[in-house]
This record gives sequence, structure tokens and C-alpha cells, in this order.
Amino acid sequence: MTADVQNNDASPSAIGKFFKSLGLLRESPIAIFGLALILFWVILAILAPVLPLYDPNAPLEPFKFPMSEARDGGLYWLGTDHKGRDILSRVIFGAQQVLIWATTATAVAYIVGMLMGVVAGYLGGWYDEVISFISNVLLSFPVIVLYIIIITYLGATGFNIVLAVTFASAPGIMRIVRGLVLDLRTRDYIFAAQTRGESAMYIMLVELLPNARGPLIVDACLRLGYTTITIAMLGYLGLGLPPPDPDWGKMIAETQPLGSFAGHMAVVPAAAISSLVLGFNLLADGLREISLKD
Amino acid sequence: MLILAFRRFLSMALIMVIVSFTLFAIFESDKLAVAGKVLGPYSSTEQRELWLENNGYNEPFLERYVTWVGNALTGDFGYSIQYKSPVADVLWPRLANTAILAGLYMAFMIPLSLTLGVIAGMKEGSFQDRAVSVGSVLTTSVPEFASATFFSAIFVFWLGWLPGTSAMTSGFSWAEIFLPVFVLVIYGFGYTARMTRASMAEVMTSHYIRTAVLKGIPYRRVIMRHALRNALIAPFTVIILQLNWLLSGVIVVEVFFAYKGFGKLLLDGALFGDIFVIEACTLVAVFVAVFSQFISDIGYTLLNPRIRFT
Repeated sequence: MTADVQNNDASPSAIGKFFKSLGLLRESPIAIFGLALILFWVILAILAPVLPLYDPNAPLEPFKFPMSEARDGGLYWLGTDHKGRDILSRVIFGAQQVLIWATTATAVAYIVGMLMGVVAGYLGGWYDEVISFISNVLLSFPVIVLYIIIITYLGATGFNIVLAVTFASAPGIMRIVRGLVLDLRTRDYIFAAQTRGESAMYIMLVELLPNARGPLIVDACLRLGYTTITIAMLGYLGLGLPPPDPDWGKMIAETQPLGSFAGHMAVVPAAAISSLVLGFNLLADGLREISLKD
Repeated sequence: MLILAFRRFLSMALIMVIVSFTLFAIFESDKLAVAGKVLGPYSSTEQRELWLENNGYNEPFLERYVTWVGNALTGDFGYSIQYKSPVADVLWPRLANTAILAGLYMAFMIPLSLTLGVIAGMKEGSFQDRAVSVGSVLTTSVPEFASATFFSAIFVFWLGWLPGTSAMTSGFSWAEIFLPVFVLVIYGFGYTARMTRASMAEVMTSHYIRTAVLKGIPYRRVIMRHALRNALIAPFTVIILQLNWLLSGVIVVEVFFAYKGFGKLLLDGALFGDIFVIEACTLVAVFVAVFSQFISDIGYTLLNPRIRFT
């Protein structure tokens, strides 16, 4: 009988839940604005191959100012850089790069950090000691030193950037997850699962992690913003993805010395990075506000 | 208290040993590569072997590690390939320059962020609170290399008020150090301000503040005498731990403005492959980070009586 009631009261499908949580966003104009900024760049990045853009790496006409006419009758909306490449096209293709790598790196760091955290928090004992100690050692490195060591020794490839971000972020994620799990593990539904004879693996992955998602979603948004900054910063410092593909950080580094007469070359990518990071931070802020209201 | 300090000190020493050993293993376990870096890519294998022999590289690995740590502790970091001089001669002036930069940053960032955080946290949800919160999200979203681009576009190229580089070729100059410090403060103050705000807001909802207000103590006095003391404990630890993050910003700013500091030394060393400079810089950086963690732990205990007496 009770089972029937539960079945009739079927919880909404995953898609329904998703739209419901999107509806929650309406409570926070800040979150909506943040999401809009992110979507602006995501949509541009997805549409990049079909938009009527110049080739981002093709040398066309150097040192053109924004809105100047191209030789072939087109328009350089944002001008061209010192090598004659169309800045609008480079910024949009750069968005593709930064979004792909920032998302991948954050996702990998999250998977590693969450597994470490849930194991340390739920199993405790030696697992906790060892994992916490490794995290403390890694956290004692200034992040930039980790990046410099990993990237100068392994080379500047996308994979190594993901690796470096994982090394730098997973310990922090581990700490948050561990704290949440230490709180959750004393709940009744965990005891219920233990009494049912569920394996530790099942309890950690199916019972604990999904219930810790609230604070993690907010943190993930913040980290996406921070990873975006990191990837652009590595590009700026000459430790980023190899040329010639456009990279926001590298665009600033290359054109910064020309600021005295062609400031737009560096200002455009700087504004692009700032707006994307602002999107992530505002979304995180709005989500936190919504979660505190309930 | 002393026991706690001692335990913290031991764990700090342990972390330093592990970190330095890891660094040594990464940098120097491949002896021939070290010799190749020192002698250049066109040196022959015999030359490299001879160099290794002459410089004591054929000792066992652990012995080399101990010698290396001993030398580092006495200030001997080896010889820089790029600058053709002992690393220590390059390192200390660079560190001093960065200390000036970081010191000025702290001198402006701390009062600014604490004031803003306290003002915002005093009345949760008020206009001043919203303004500070939104403002700090905005400034922390603009990374240093982006804000440096904007500010130099405005102040250097458009208005022409400030120099665009801070190489300090003719001695220390306030005009040259203004933009680097400004950029660091703009990016860095938001985090501490938000921490202070959260801490202050929490304190303001506590019972003793309500009691103080109900007793009829003037609002000003409630804030100054009762709230601030407890609200500033959390920001204190955040400020010290910021040193760990500050280094990223310092490197970016030093590269952007060509300021001859520690961060630029580390980055140039890494890009050039100047192995002993990288070793020295990473050691110093990790030491500063670990030591600041130690100070922050001790300070937190000293400031917070609830922890001190248990």
C-alpha cells in the first residue's frame, strides 16, 4: 500500500527537476544575469564554425582599428591585431578554447577531489589520515608554483593544464566534500543503507555525494570562473596552450606592448575574460543566495 | 598553547622536508639533464659526465639531497645559468623588491577591505551591503592581467598620467609602483571584504550583541567594542593565507609592468630552464607559504579564546 502511494507520487523526471531548478533562478536577478553572460559566450563558441567570420589565424591586414572596412569589402568589427588577424574571430574562437579547457579541467579536478573527499570522510581512519596529509602538502604550495613546475617539466599541452589544475584544485574540493560527508554520514538514511547491507561504494556514490550537491554546485561555479582565469593567466605568462590557436591570455601578452597606439588589441580579450568570469561569479553568488533562502 | 605551537612547528618542518625532497627529486633525479642544462644543449656526454664528477653529483641521491638542503639553509643556492652569477646575489634583491610590492599591497588592501566588510556586515541586506557585495564580485571577476590592461589603457595611454612600466631603472619611484599595487589591491580586496562581511554579519546576529543593544549602549560603541573584536578573527587568517594566492598576482603584475621582482625571476627562470634559480625560487615560495600558514594557525588560536582555553 505504502509502496503504491510512493509510486503514484512519482518524483518528477530528471528533466522536470532541471526545469524546476531553472525556475528557481527567477528568484535571483543576479543569477540570471550571470547565466546570461555565460550563455552568451557558450552560444558564440558553439556557433563559431558557422558564423561568417574570418579565419582566426589568417594574416589579413595588420593594425586595423575597430569598424574599419576590409579589403574584400567585409568589416573588421573589432579591428585586427599586429599580425593582421581578425580580433572578433580570435576572441570567439578563443572562447571555444577557454570554455572547453576550463570545463574539462574543473570537471576532472571535481571527480578526483570528490572521490578523495568522500573516501576520507566516510571511511575515515588511515584513508582520512593519508588523503588529508597529501592534500595539506599540496595546499602548502602556492598554486602558481605548482602550475609552473608541472607545465615547465611536462610541457604546455591541454592535458598537462588539466593535470595542473587538478593538482591545484582537488585538495580544496576534497576538504569541502570531506566536511560535508562528515556531517551527512550520521544521518538516518545512511544508517538505513548500512543496515540494508549496501556496500561502502554504493553508500558513498549513491547516498552521500548526491546529497552533498548543494554547496558543491555553488563551489563548482566559482571554480569554473577561477579556472578560466588560470587558463588565461597561463596563456598570458607564456605557459598556455601552444600557438597559433587563439587564446585570450596570449592575445593580451602579444599585443600589450602596442597599447600606446592600438589599445583595442589587448582591451578586447581582457574584457572577454572579465565578462565570462563575472558570469560564473554572479551565477555562484545568486545560487548561494537562493540556497540560503530555503 | 606552547605545545600546540610546537606541534604546528613540527608539522611545518615535516611538510618542508617532504616538499623540498619532492622538488629535489623532480629537478635533480636526472643528473645528465642537470648537466645538460648547465653546460648547454651542445655539450658532449663526456663533458657532462666530467661536470657531474667535479660537482659531486656521483654521490648517492640521499646524500646529495642532504648537502643540497644544507647549502640552501646557509644561503647557497648554486649558480644561475641565465644571470651568470650566484643565485643568492640575484634572489635577495628581487625578494626585497617583491616585499615592497606585497607590503604596499597589504598596507592598502587590509584597511580598505576591513572597512568595507564591516560596513556591509553591520546591516545585512541594506543598500551598503548590496553595494559592497556586488562591487567585490565585480572586482574579483577581473583578473590582474585584464585590469592591468584596462588601467594602463586609461592612465598610461589615454590620460598619460602614469608610466606604463615599473622597471625602476633610476631608483625607486612612487609613480612607477602605483599601478602594480593598484591592480593587486583592486583584484585582492574583494575576497577579504566578503569574508569580513560574512563574519561581521554572523556576529551581529549573536546574543551578546542583542544584549548590548538592549542594555542601551550606543550603537557606535556596540560595533566598536563588542562586534569588531570577534568579527575580525576570521579575516585575520584569510589575510595571512592570501600570501599563497598573492604570488600568482604578483607574477602577473611583475611581468606586465616589467617590475624586477621575485615573481618575474621565478617565471623567467622557468621559461629559460635556469634550474638552480627555479629550485631556489620554489623553495622560497613554499617556505613563505608554509610559514604564513603556521603564523595564521598560531594567530587564530591566540585571538580566539574559545580555542585557546580548550
